[in-house]
Amino acid sequence: MGKEVIIDWQHVDTIIDKYNSNREALLMIMQDISDIYNYLPPEVIPVLVDKLGIRKSQIYSVATFYKTISLEPRGKYIINICTGTACHVRGANKILETLQESLEIEEGETTKDQLFTLEAVRCVGCCASGPVMTVNKETHGGLDRTNTLEIINEYKEQAS
Amino acid sequence: MLKLKNREALNNFRNNILSKHQEKDKKLISLCAGSGCGAYGTEKVYQTLTEELAKHNLQDEVEIKLTGCHGFCEKGPIMVIHPEGIFYPQVKETHIPNIVEKTIKNGEIDKSLAFKDHITKKKIFHEEDIPFYKLQQRIIFGNNGMIDPTSIKDYISVDGYTALDKVLFEMTPDEIIDEIRKSGLRGRGGGGFPTAVKWDSCRKHEGERYVICNADEGDPGAYMDRSLLEGNPHSILEGMLIAARAIGSNQGYIYVRHEYPLAVKNIETAINQAREIGLLGKNILHSDFDFDIHISRGGGAFVCGESTALMASLEGNPGRPRAKYVHTVEKGFRQSPSLLNNVETWTNVPVIINKGADWYSRIGTEKSKGTKIFSLVGKVVNTGLVEVPMGTSLRTIIFDIGGGIPKKKEFKAVQTGGPSGGCIPKEFLDLGVDFDELAKVGSIMGSGGMIVMDQDTCMVDVARYFLDFLKEESCGQCNPCREGIKQMLAILTDICKGNGKEGDIELLEEIGGMLQKFSLCGLGTSAPNPVLSTIRYFREEYEAHIRDKKCPAGVCKPLFHYEIDPKACKGCQACAKKCPEKAITGEKKKTHILDRQKCIKCGICYDICKFNAIIIR
Ligand SMILES: Cc1cc2nc3c(=O)[nH]c(=O)nc-3n(C[C@H](O)[C@H](O)[C@H](O)COP(=O)(O)O)c2cc1C
Ligand code: SF4
Ligand code: FES
Repeated sequence: MGKEVIIDWQHVDTIIDKYNSNREALLMIMQDISDIYNYLPPEVIPVLVDKLGIRKSQIYSVATFYKTISLEPRGKYIINICTGTACHVRGANKILETLQESLEIEEGETTKDQLFTLEAVRCVGCCASGPVMTVNKETHGGLDRTNTLEIINEYKEQAS
Repeated sequence: MLKLKNREALNNFRNNILSKHQEKDKKLISLCAGSGCGAYGTEKVYQTLTEELAKHNLQDEVEIKLTGCHGFCEKGPIMVIHPEGIFYPQVKETHIPNIVEKTIKNGEIDKSLAFKDHITKKKIFHEEDIPFYKLQQRIIFGNNGMIDPTSIKDYISVDGYTALDKVLFEMTPDEIIDEIRKSGLRGRGGGGFPTAVKWDSCRKHEGERYVICNADEGDPGAYMDRSLLEGNPHSILEGMLIAARAIGSNQGYIYVRHEYPLAVKNIETAINQAREIGLLGKNILHSDFDFDIHISRGGGAFVCGESTALMASLEGNPGRPRAKYVHTVEKGFRQSPSLLNNVETWTNVPVIINKGADWYSRIGTEKSKGTKIFSLVGKVVNTGLVEVPMGTSLRTIIFDIGGGIPKKKEFKAVQTGGPSGGCIPKEFLDLGVDFDELAKVGSIMGSGGMIVMDQDTCMVDVARYFLDFLKEESCGQCNPCREGIKQMLAILTDICKGNGKEGDIELLEEIGGMLQKFSLCGLGTSAPNPVLSTIRYFREEYEAHIRDKKCPAGVCKPLFHYEIDPKACKGCQACAKKCPEKAITGEKKKTHILDRQKCIKCGICYDICKFNAIIIR
């Protein structure tokens, strides 16, 4: 796997403090940490055990149950291609194929340069604009093969 | 902002805002900043518009309001210029100079940018005249296009929090629940459970009671909850406040999907504003009522929309449902009495209190009162959110409001109720949509997703699609659901690949029946619905897959191929140019030839041909 991440422990502490170390907020704490590193670095788990006063197994059971949490490093840009019903009947599969071909990865994988992770999700709530994908927090609608490739290129340029 | 000390202060505050509105007889540009329009680029339009207005020195004379979703998402980004109500769809940055010059400065309408009706081919200039809006009754959704969702003042100016004021000072808890009972309101989250009955039974259980909003919206294809959260968050808070008063609760939770960042942000802002102004917190408006609301963000698990799973998730656990021998109104979140309603249900509450149960119950059908917001999506011309009285026919929704099926294709079915629902064929287009009528034809209302399918949709593939969805989403703790879905999916996958056998249909029905009877939660018991309803209405399509090894709709790749119809082909070369495999050849004006060996069945030629010369065999 790619580079080591350097963890900003102070930031992690701030996040946990924001939720008053409330164990009911475990998922949200993990999501906020994921938003920084694009995944949940396993190094933070002992800290969560300590600060929230819960068992490691509890953390793993929550982390693996919810799809918004990944324990594996993900790319700089996380592409969520919607394969919800509305997008499905409008050809989301063709967009997924286009993305797989152009990024040379399968669904659920990350490109070698750690730039993109491709994930299929079920509905991002923009069903009227389908097919839709989100890249990190930006939403792109009305996709076809051509504009999908253009959008990917824009992100590549942004990153270089 | 100052804390509102009492009800008079709230009233004065409102009057103050209203008098300011009237003073400035300004032009107002309302620009949709909901997620749907956002996906088409509202942000760039907004920037350009701000710059252009500044260039003309109009920034003080014209107000731009970034509103929530107007519902007509297909045509986004949407701009409406008030007071005239001039409507511009699909606005791009490049249109802005013209709009400012012509419409804002000179009051003329730019006809080239106006909306063109798909059926009459006529241009329509004003929002109120567009058929998509005209046939709707927007009692819940109407304010979305009028107010800035990040401004509590905007909400208060449209009679926001008057219902709260009324229940606090003029009604007893009994009267509140009675009013809701008389209105006939039923839950909009799926089951259509009578809202007042739930409130009343929660109130009767002792303990620290919780009021919870189900904003998990997991049904793929439905997004009305998202639009309400983003576009009118205070109306949800007000609904929850009213229920809290009625059942005696001091704490509320909103469980919202992490995947809806704008919804989370707007609802967070709304809560903070309501706290600041004293509409959440202690002694609200100087009454003896304390109530506060917290947000919890879910993690993308469909099953967490189920009530017991949702409450497990709120507690920081994996969201697995439990058996409901004891209902959540008695022991729910933290083992305490918990009242859970859906986003749309909450937004109906202030309307009922303000306008009265008598007024409300005149809308809709005998057993389904009020309106329902549907998300009309899929193969339909005008996609978007549609609010109509209960009982409106499918035909009105799909053809009159939705404008029918694009590209002159034929309507085949409409899927309602998401993964727990069913597919309704054209025989039932005149069905008046309400909770009970949909159940009669083997579907459900669900949260209001309406996915329109045309002749190019394969019903076996649709059934397979939903099971594939549910296989991922089953929490896996009970056998019938975990194994049953897997087995049904395996059979359907085989059928779609051409490996279907005689007896498969019967086997699907049998396993489906088992799931309905023995699964623990609603996910498992309703999982077979999409399969059973498609077998019921489209059995011949299953048989074509199994016996003839054919997919009549041309979706299941191993079961069809494309051919060129020599009678229809005009030799325009459009398909030949676009085929990625160069499988189509032919000279101009001569019938083309398709090489089946090279064809990968991507369907580009089929979509592009204007003469329907590419046929499915
Ligand atoms: C698998 C499953 C998923 C559900 N998803 C949702 C959902 O996303 N949103 C929702 O409001 N209700 C959902 N429900 C229904 C809720 O369990 C519950 O009935 C509803 O939120 C109650 O609110 P209401 O009475 O206002 O409809 C789901 C139910 C099941 C079984
Ligand atoms: S029916 Fe399915 S989702 Fe529901 S509890 Fe059982 S396994 Fe979990
Ligand atoms: S189905 Fe794709 S955004 Fe809803």
